[in-house]
Amino acid sequence: MSLAVRGVVAGYAGREVLRGLDLELKPGEVLGVVGPNGAGKSTLVRVLTRLLPAWRGGAWLDGRSVARIRRRALARAVAVLPQSGELPAGFTVEALVAMGRTPHTGLLGAPSAEDRAAVERALVETDTRGLRLRRAAELSGGERQRVLLARALAQAPRYLLLDEPTNHLDLRYQLEALAFVRREASRGVGVMVVLHDLNLAAAGCDRVALLERGRLAALGTPTEVLTAPLVSRVYGADVEVHVRGSRPLLVPRMPAG
Amino acid sequence: MARADVRRVVSRGAGLAPATASLAALAAVMLLAVGVGSVHVPPAALLSALADGLTGHLHGTVDTIVWQLRLPRVVLAALVGAALSLAGGAFQGVFRNPLADPYLLGAASGAGFGAAVVLVFAGAVPWLARLGVPLAAFGCALATVAVVTLLARRGSQLPSVALILAGVVVGSSLSAATSFLMLASRDRAAGILSWLLGSFAFASWARLLPVAALLVPSVVAILGAARALDVLQLGEESAAQLGVPVAAVRLALLAAATLATAAAVSVAGVIGFVGLVVPHAVRLAFGAGHRRLLPLAGLWGALFMVLADLFARTVVAPAEIPVGVITALVGGPFFLALLRRQQR
Repeated sequence: MSLAVRGVVAGYAGREVLRGLDLELKPGEVLGVVGPNGAGKSTLVRVLTRLLPAWRGGAWLDGRSVARIRRRALARAVAVLPQSGELPAGFTVEALVAMGRTPHTGLLGAPSAEDRAAVERALVETDTRGLRLRRAAELSGGERQRVLLARALAQAPRYLLLDEPTNHLDLRYQLEALAFVRREASRGVGVMVVLHDLNLAAAGCDRVALLERGRLAALGTPTEVLTAPLVSRVYGADVEVHVRGSRPLLVPRMPAG
Repeated sequence: MARADVRRVVSRGAGLAPATASLAALAAVMLLAVGVGSVHVPPAALLSALADGLTGHLHGTVDTIVWQLRLPRVVLAALVGAALSLAGGAFQGVFRNPLADPYLLGAASGAGFGAAVVLVFAGAVPWLARLGVPLAAFGCALATVAVVTLLARRGSQLPSVALILAGVVVGSSLSAATSFLMLASRDRAAGILSWLLGSFAFASWARLLPVAALLVPSVVAILGAARALDVLQLGEESAAQLGVPVAAVRLALLAAATLATAAAVSVAGVIGFVGLVVPHAVRLAFGAGHRRLLPLAGLWGALFMVLADLFARTVVAPAEIPVGVITALVGGPFFLALLRRQQR
């Protein structure tokens, strides 16, 4: 059981972004995906959810090629928190979160008790119950992000792909997002988190995949991957790494001048 | 109960009230419109005439006026208003663009052109015209929407202004072609012209039936797609990641909205701005959720059109103003205000 890409080559209009990537997300783990801009993090999410076809290689859900799985079945198993998720202005938070149930309810069905319970749980878990009747246009950046998270959770997926879930979140909600991710993993959900903040990745992930120009530069525990030489080389930025317990802490060294 | 829960119960309970109120208002306005005209039918006489018709025994001129002239006209106006308004709501949802509407997208002009071609070349053969007008209207409207969409496309984007510009340009070209057709066949020009400007003056039960037969499936399809339209508002990628077959849903909705437009145009001519104004007003009042928006847009569209037609045939009686003129006078300024607001 896993959600995986094997030997994936993919990109846009002749521009190759992923160049032979292998990566596997297992149930119950938190896998951090890090790497500089353009390394292919968001493209990976798109290949895993069949939005972008792989030119070579492919994505596999529990051993089945995602290209052969019906969209709706795939959406019941895999949910995405998009990086720049749009929230149409005129909808209430409750309606937006309920849209996460679409792959379960179908486009014509009426919401069941199970659908309503899943929406309630998503609102509670993301601390958005108080926003229930607010329209999307009235939400702050952080609130929007939590509503998007609630929608993905309402989907009740086995694999959760979060593309920069801590964007727009202040420190408190960054930590809560991380706690949320850990909680979902402890329930058996495989969570892939694309992160820019390496310290968040170090603090919250079981494994970290460091991407570099569409390939895997390193894969392992945070301490194994987030080493000063490796991060400095891949990001082209000077960092010091202090290990606190089993977690590394990265401190950038400002260029002189 | 927490405050949010109270608010929720209140809002759930209020879910049906606007629809019920709108339905009642529509019924009242339709009765009013049947009673008012060159021959005034007072309420008591109107009710007894309606009862006569329901029992199948028409006697007297009042019964005839009510059942053969006024009622088909009012019902037709309501149907056409509902169809154009629902089509507008569907177009706006599919294109995620509050300025989309059957008229501005060129669909109405396309349908008008298709219908005019059949009227000019087959108008002398009644059964061919009756069958061909809606079909040609539908075919041409569909082709127009396809061309306009292709012209307005920038990569995978469909910018508002480009869409409206393309729609207006293609629509004007088709209107010009329609005018040329009319000039080329003078004997039919007057008929085509009065129909093109939009009018319910030729309403009869016989004309109403085929329109209703086309409208019912398209209206059912649009109303049934309410949830899909909601999810489409999240954007193409998010909708796909929620398991929605985006391309198929869009295509089906465009076809349904175009069919509704073509059915309306083939019986009542080109009536602009209803599909723009009405869904937008409903959205402002009740939010963007399509499960509420679409039924209310249908009801309000019917209401608006019955009122517009009542105005059109009474304000300069015994002459009539084309109803398309009334809707354009109301809708034009509304459209400009909307355009300004969107560009700010």
